[in-house]
Amino acid sequence: MSRYKMHVLVCGGTGCVSSNSLQIVDNLKNHIKENGLENDIQVLKTGCFGFCEKGPIVKILPDNTFYVQVKPEDAEIIVKEHLVKGRKVDKLLYKEPSTEKSIDDSKHMEFYKKQMRVALRNCGFIDPDNIEEYIARDGYQALGKALVEMTPELVIEEMKKSGLRGRGGGGFPTGLKWEFARKNKGDQKYVVCNADEGDPGAFMDRSILEGDPHSIVEAMAICGYAIGADKGLVYIRAEYPLAVKRLEKAIKDAREYGLLGKNILDSGFDFDIEIKYGAGAFVCGEETALIHSMEGERGEPTTKPPFPAESGYWGKPTNVNNVETFANVPVILLKGADWFQTIGTEKSKGTKVFALAGKINNVGLIEVPMGTTLREVIFDIGGGIKDGKRFKAVQTGGPSGGCLTEEDLDTPIDFDNLLAKGSMMGSGGMIVMDEDDCMPSVAKFYLEFTEDESCGKCTPCRIGTKRLSELLDKVTKGQATMEDLEMLKVLSETIRDTALCGLGQTAPNPVLSTIETFWDEYVAHVKENRCPAGQCTDLLKYFILEEKCIGCTACSRVCPVEAISGKVKSVHVIDQDKCIKCGACYDKCKFSAIIKK
Amino acid sequence: MSNCETCTNKLSERGFRELEQFINDLDEKTGAVISVLHKAQEIFGYLPREVQQFVANKLEIPVSKVYGIVSFYSFFTMIPKGEHPISVCMGTACYVRGAEKVLDEFKRALNIEVGETTADGKFSLDALRCVGACGLAPVVLVGEKVYGRVTPDQVKSILKEYE
Repeated sequence: MSRYKMHVLVCGGTGCVSSNSLQIVDNLKNHIKENGLENDIQVLKTGCFGFCEKGPIVKILPDNTFYVQVKPEDAEIIVKEHLVKGRKVDKLLYKEPSTEKSIDDSKHMEFYKKQMRVALRNCGFIDPDNIEEYIARDGYQALGKALVEMTPELVIEEMKKSGLRGRGGGGFPTGLKWEFARKNKGDQKYVVCNADEGDPGAFMDRSILEGDPHSIVEAMAICGYAIGADKGLVYIRAEYPLAVKRLEKAIKDAREYGLLGKNILDSGFDFDIEIKYGAGAFVCGEETALIHSMEGERGEPTTKPPFPAESGYWGKPTNVNNVETFANVPVILLKGADWFQTIGTEKSKGTKVFALAGKINNVGLIEVPMGTTLREVIFDIGGGIKDGKRFKAVQTGGPSGGCLTEEDLDTPIDFDNLLAKGSMMGSGGMIVMDEDDCMPSVAKFYLEFTEDESCGKCTPCRIGTKRLSELLDKVTKGQATMEDLEMLKVLSETIRDTALCGLGQTAPNPVLSTIETFWDEYVAHVKENRCPAGQCTDLLKYFILEEKCIGCTACSRVCPVEAISGKVKSVHVIDQDKCIKCGACYDKCKFSAIIKK
Repeated sequence: MSNCETCTNKLSERGFRELEQFINDLDEKTGAVISVLHKAQEIFGYLPREVQQFVANKLEIPVSKVYGIVSFYSFFTMIPKGEHPISVCMGTACYVRGAEKVLDEFKRALNIEVGETTADGKFSLDALRCVGACGLAPVVLVGEKVYGRVTPDQVKSILKEYE
């Protein structure tokens, strides 16, 4: 990279690409060329910077200038002012919401200050389509070290010592898993990368594959060497076209460089990777279901044991790890287990990537050391709650997790603490909710998801989740009784204790955790037919306050069903029979003249 | 189904030949059914009975097994998509930022339910789980085009772009 004086990095992750970032790359290149700077300044399309809220992001090195919400037409001013004249473009700089001041060095942004990037180390730094950039940042050195200096047993020993635990949700010690796979005899073994990221609202695996695909290729090869497998498979969602494309290119380039294929680095070790496509089934994140799906079957789980380490893909010993877990592997081998051990808490080592989303100012992808508190994540890194509203809860662990509240804000985040609080780490989705979110509705949302995604093999999950979501539907419509709430609890516990796989066993978690912490809210729905958060449409009516309405007609124009009538400059009225309670008028009115109750 | 003129027109001979070629070129037919169905849906846009029958014959497996797989995975569809397929993201991040209202508005404006196609074949409506562009929530996809931070009152103007 040193040949150039400056580098312009443009985010090429899905979020920013959706906002036209590739056009920015082209425009920047054109303007740089027009100014004759193409030999001094390099424009790179990189992986995700994580600060998705303000995308598309353009970062300039070496001075760490961080431009946000850049439009394709802004390329001209960036080139003319910043790159040619050395003057930063103030209107595009990120402004810290608390101080309104422009930040000219991304290192000073609150969003990045408390982060520590291990799994995401290359995301936003390198061009994911260029293997040489990965190599320039110590890429494939860990593989070289393993093959040349270490025995497979030593690699496993190092992984065990590091304390790395599976990042896909289970939290099982990775080194131990590798050891099982190594010890099981078989003429053929497999390494599988689980890239079937199904938790709605979590997108770290996709960002890693899009931003740093070679780290996964390298880690899988290391794992293959450690357990004695010569074949790797990546099981990836077909809904992630960009990640698929970049991974395909990475595998092809690695083959050309002799980093995959026969006799890698003259070590006598053979390894190659094949991509298998998922077809949209949440349960396929469960490893036995995933393996069945790769074999071309319905993705239904089977009871363990036998574990995949004994009998996995086509009945052979198979080691399944998640994308983020793999992304940690090369760093651990290079920097050593001792270094990795120093990060995190006693039983959860290293960092964790979280997808911060929901009612939070800085939506994005963050990576923090284990043990960071929720408060630091939500208020320091996340910039607090949107529109100055009150924090209500944060949902972690996706459909298998639970909600944490204000009193949990100072809990250090790690596998065991989250479990103790009735939630779980899961894959790292973190959805922040404010005072307007109704907890029974949130539980219903998740149960509709699991009901839909239940594979139907075992009765507790197939029928139980349906009954749960029906009961929650009754609650949100104000039709439930106190006996129904009791039933919710009993049924949840039964499903948890009797379902076949992780999906079913954890499906009731959103109900159990919200019913425990927000019992009053459930009761209000049942006893008073009232939704305290004002979200359940069946329990709501919208009214226009006579004294506040100035007759601007904004509400009647936005109403999709023409339920609002009234002349210009006179008080408007909502026809309750026509109103579908969509809330469009409520959101539109600038005079707080519309209320819901 | 063979009486349906539009179906038979769309299921061209050429499509079947392409699919057959794809199957013949496979190194290994065992366990290949999901990738064959991916290819078939890419060719025909959906997986009607005739296509499932064809795949079953070529792979020498019962058609019930093919149907079992098609109905299991949400990516596969047996109903043809509209000319402009609309997908509203119903991932959690979009949900808490109001995706449900947007979806309701699409349902109302098009007068169809999720998973259906309008009578003129122009639009189809789906709810999907997380495209990973949570910073743009709520997200709507029309074909390949991404619309971010969609509010219910924008639905009409989005649809207008395709009329």
